[in-house]
Amino acid sequence: MAWNDKRPLSPHLQHYKLPLTAYLSVAHRACGIVNSVAIVLLVLLIASAAGTPESYSFMSGIANSWFGKLALFGFTVTLYYHMANGIRHLFWDTGRGLDLETAKKSGNACLIGAGALSVITWMVAAAS
Amino acid sequence: MSNFRTPLSRVKGLGSAKEGTSHFWSQRLSAIALVPLVLWLAFSIASLPDMDYIAIREWLSTPFNAIVMILFIIAGFYHARLGLQVVIEDYIGSHGPRTAAIIAVTFIAAALGVTGVFSVMRIAFAG
Repeated sequence: MAWNDKRPLSPHLQHYKLPLTAYLSVAHRACGIVNSVAIVLLVLLIASAAGTPESYSFMSGIANSWFGKLALFGFTVTLYYHMANGIRHLFWDTGRGLDLETAKKSGNACLIGAGALSVITWMVAAAS
Repeated sequence: MSNFRTPLSRVKGLGSAKEGTSHFWSQRLSAIALVPLVLWLAFSIASLPDMDYIAIREWLSTPFNAIVMILFIIAGFYHARLGLQVVIEDYIGSHGPRTAAIIAVTFIAAALGVTGVFSVMRIAFAG
C-alpha cells in the first residue's frame, strides 16, 4: 500500500538522524547527572580529609589510580560542558539566539569551549 | 475562545502546577553562581602542587578557600537537587515512586551538603 498521507511524521528515533543540537541537549542532561555524582565524590574526599590521614589516603588512593584519573578527566569535561551549555541556556532565556543557525554556532562554541577549558585545566595541573 | 482562568489566578501567575517560575528561577540563580565557583574549584585544585593529607588541609584552612568551597557545596547540591528533580519528573510516570524519588534525592542532597560544609569547617577551624 502506497503511503500517500502528506502530513508530516514525527521523527521516529530509530529512523531519524538527530541533529547536533539534539545530541547537545541530551548531553547537557547526561552531564548534569554525572556532575551530581562528581559533587558526591568531592564531598566524600573532603570528609575523608577532615578525618584521619588513613581515611584520606583511602579516598585519594582511588582518585590517584588510573581509573580515578580517567574519571577526574571525565568530570572536568562534563563539568565544563554543562557550564558552557548552561551559559548557552541563560543566553536563550533572554530570548536571543534561538534560530537554527545561531543554535548550531553556539553549540559548536560550547563543545570547543568545554574541550579547551578541560585541556587548559589539565595543563595547569601538569605544570604545578 | 473564552478564558476560563479567574482574574485572581492570572494575577498570581502560579499556573497549574501552583509553583509559577520559582523552580526555573532558582535553577538559573544557582547556575549563575556556579559559573565562577566551578572555574575557581577546577583551577584551584589543578594548581595545587601536592594533593596529600597535609596539603589539602592547608589549602582548605584559609578563610577564603573554606568560604568559597562552602558556597560551592551549597550552590552545587541545591542546583543538582533541582536538576535531578526535573529528570525524575520526566522519566518516572507514576505518582508514588516519583514523589518517593524526589524525597530521596532531596534528603541525600541535604545530608551530603551538610556533611561537606561540616567537613570544610572542621578542617578550617582545626587550623
